[in-house]
Amino acid sequence: MSPPGAKVNIAPSTLELADPGNGQAIINDFSIVVATVNGTGSQTSNLTLLRALFKMGIPINGKNIFPSNIQGLPTWYHIRVSHEGFIAFREPAEILVAFNQVTAKADMAKLPAGGVCLYSTDWRDISLRDDVYNYGIPTNQFLRQAGVKGKIKDYLTNMIYVGAIVQLLGIKLEFIEEALAYHFGRRQQLVDQNMGIVEMSYEWVAENLEKEDPYQVVPLDQTDGQILITGNEAAALGAVFGGVTVTSWYPITPSTSLVDALNDFLPKIRRDPDTGRATFAVIQAEDELAAAGMVMGAGWAGARAMTATSGPGLSLMSEFVGLGYFAEIPSVIWDIQRVGPSTGLPTRTSQGDILFAYYLGHGDTKNILLFPATAEECFEFGVIAFDLAEEIQTPVLVMSDLDLGMNTWMTPQFKFPSEPLKRGKVLSAEEVEERGFFRFLDLDGDGITYRTLPGNKNPKSAYLNRGTGHNRYAVYSEKPEDWEENMERLNRKFETARGMVPRPVIDQVDGAEIGIIAVGSTLPAIEEARSKLAKSGLSSDFLRIRALPTNDDTRDFVANHKRIYVIELNRDGQLHQLLTVEMPEMASRLMSLSRINGFPATARWIMNSIQAHESVNN
Amino acid sequence: MRTGQREKTNDIGLSRADYSGLTTTLCQGCGHNSISSQIIAVAFELNIRPHEIIRLSGIGCSSKTPAYFLGKSHGFNSLHGRMPAVGTGALIANHSLLAIGVSGDGDTASIGMGQFKHLMRRNVRMVYIVENNGVYGLTKGQFSATADEGQELKYAGTNPFPPEDLCVEAITAGCGFVARAFSGDPKQVRELLKAALSHRGTAFLDIISPCVTFNNRDTSTKSYAWGKEHAEPLQDLAYVPKDFVPRMDEIMVTHFSPGEVKLVELHDGSHIQLRKLEEDYDPADRLGALHRLEWARQQSEFITGLLYFNDSRPSMAEVNDLTETPLTELPANKLRPSPEALEEIMHSFL
Repeated sequence: MSPPGAKVNIAPSTLELADPGNGQAIINDFSIVVATVNGTGSQTSNLTLLRALFKMGIPINGKNIFPSNIQGLPTWYHIRVSHEGFIAFREPAEILVAFNQVTAKADMAKLPAGGVCLYSTDWRDISLRDDVYNYGIPTNQFLRQAGVKGKIKDYLTNMIYVGAIVQLLGIKLEFIEEALAYHFGRRQQLVDQNMGIVEMSYEWVAENLEKEDPYQVVPLDQTDGQILITGNEAAALGAVFGGVTVTSWYPITPSTSLVDALNDFLPKIRRDPDTGRATFAVIQAEDELAAAGMVMGAGWAGARAMTATSGPGLSLMSEFVGLGYFAEIPSVIWDIQRVGPSTGLPTRTSQGDILFAYYLGHGDTKNILLFPATAEECFEFGVIAFDLAEEIQTPVLVMSDLDLGMNTWMTPQFKFPSEPLKRGKVLSAEEVEERGFFRFLDLDGDGITYRTLPGNKNPKSAYLNRGTGHNRYAVYSEKPEDWEENMERLNRKFETARGMVPRPVIDQVDGAEIGIIAVGSTLPAIEEARSKLAKSGLSSDFLRIRALPTNDDTRDFVANHKRIYVIELNRDGQLHQLLTVEMPEMASRLMSLSRINGFPATARWIMNSIQAHESVNN
Repeated sequence: MRTGQREKTNDIGLSRADYSGLTTTLCQGCGHNSISSQIIAVAFELNIRPHEIIRLSGIGCSSKTPAYFLGKSHGFNSLHGRMPAVGTGALIANHSLLAIGVSGDGDTASIGMGQFKHLMRRNVRMVYIVENNGVYGLTKGQFSATADEGQELKYAGTNPFPPEDLCVEAITAGCGFVARAFSGDPKQVRELLKAALSHRGTAFLDIISPCVTFNNRDTSTKSYAWGKEHAEPLQDLAYVPKDFVPRMDEIMVTHFSPGEVKLVELHDGSHIQLRKLEEDYDPADRLGALHRLEWARQQSEFITGLLYFNDSRPSMAEVNDLTETPLTELPANKLRPSPEALEEIMHSFL
């Protein structure tokens, strides 16, 4: 067995042949990668394709691998199609739309033998591979034929590959039209214009090319009643139904679209029906220091206050989060993680802020972290983050990431929250009169004390909130016993929180020898890897942590397995480190399987790594 | 207080003691203590209900003072230079509150300059006081960004940099109530404070408040001696409560001759009475105010009074079109939309 904390070596990937070569069709089980230039509107084409497949009832996921740039750099869109419901990132894709001449050569080189390459015949010096199926499309001819000129040319060029893919895979045109109608809303003219190009390309491919490759789609019924939504939109919607009143933020990829969504939803459904006025405020701050400060000010005053940011912004918020922990201010921070340190890879996904967020703040600070793994959980945690923040009176950090936040996910429709808003221990003027008010006195033994809000008419309710040392009556104190008492109470409160935060999700199977622990967006890759590992004879149990601090469920899971792989997207195995600190006596059971390259986890990486380690182990 | 008599109460039945705080721990003779006293006096005089006020501050000597006044009001002694953000959040959360924020020249002119300017830009409704002494007190005597160029201090040596003028910064940031005062002139501080509490948005008071321990040499422009010798009020000021004067059709700040008394209407219907001491000074003239401040800098003048006034800009809460009920007091049914609303949105994502 490897020493505790050992990093598992990553096995070299063994590429399977995409095409079995026996002439059999491959139905509803492949990936498409669309290579284009960013800023040309290819997102519209890609989402149209994605939505059409979704409307056919086939499980899908779309991932945008994009540059930190406005216009002109290479971008790739990955669509996973899986009748088995496996929607994790998979490389290499079997079908390539090589519509970016600059990257075409490298893109083509990645195709597995037997894959499909769709390219533009207008390009010069393109050397095609002879072990893949090549389909050339005369894009300029279409554009001339359609009389398209000027800026719109780029946009419509992208519809050409949509038409070709639709023909080649056997997607019904009506689904494309539905998808375009969704995208363009009521603007029928735009739908018609785009549809015109799609149809032209569709017909041309039918008449001029012969389909040789095995990839096809057929309608299924596996997406009935589901929706397509990004994690950030889901999170925003959760916040709206969680009663957010104050949002302060500073633009940063990949969190910006969360606040964009708030700005979209709030005016529609959170204006007071009686007066039409806003029951919310969204303030674009001058920086993340101010964003966090406004959230703390609002949380102290009694608002359900939140911000959304990413690693660099979280760095700037650290002083305020420390204040929020110590001065016990309800506040919600969404961290849509991206690759760091520093500016890092701002448009790529990561789970690299786990340790930083957990201990954010100087001195003895520990924070509550929530880890959504699906769009549905983004919605649910969007709601309960406020409940927890107000009940526990502390910052709650919701750890999403770029993959979950910005990519498009199919999900069951969100359920209306079953629990009412939980506002925590807040005393009214009358309650203060009846029972007195002692801001930091632990009356209930759970470490959570009672607070009052500014505006409370009882003069006994007033206190001066502060980040400096204070006693149980909120009076400034430098006495060692006061400091110690307060910090021990905060620790007690953190212990109480263990029983309040969402419990892990555990999936146990018969005969499993190994366990897997993970958080967040690695879920689809882990599910797929577990299924494939099981088929190869290696069953695994899975515990998905949904919040920190952990509770006994996690401890028991570790105790019940000889080897547990802790899977995460960062270099240093941060979750693994935390777990070994939480349960040092069982540290040797925990294996770190961590990696960061900016891409979402793949089932293949997980499977190969676990297999390699298990074969050494046995 | 005279012994043997009942303590005097104001119109809402509160005594001065109801507006006091803990005993100050600042140095004896510190200008800040005088300002705290004026805050207490003003709150008493104006019959302010303690629960309608919040006290805010950052970090530093001046930021300690909220502990020493309005002990029956909620308060937040926040982070260094970050009072503006905390105040903005609190006041958007509950726009019915009136905030008195106390900061210092270190807290505002250095670490907090960005937030200071953005608070003004947003026109958050609060009284922002800088107790300006040109020096860092708690860390024992470093120059602040408002210290005089060429000034000498015992430990810090000679200051090579020009001072920032916070009134200029406030005006250029869009603040509509900008005043300078001297803590050694309590009446002026009081009248400005009263008017500031009636302003529509951010009211900024730059109060020169000497540090008796680190920066009170007679040659320092932040000393008592200098202030007493050089303070040049632009106006005699008197605050006139709402019920004391009949409403006038339209009162303009402009167009009145020197010595003449004018009433400027404040947002809540009260007035500030200005008896003009300096000919040609018009506080409604933004460019004129900046020009006058620059002239004062060049001439080493210490001008005080209402430097700039303009309440045409809506406050932050007005801009956000908030419900009349503060966001913090909205019932749950106003915070969570209906199941039907969720269903409709879900449908839009099908």
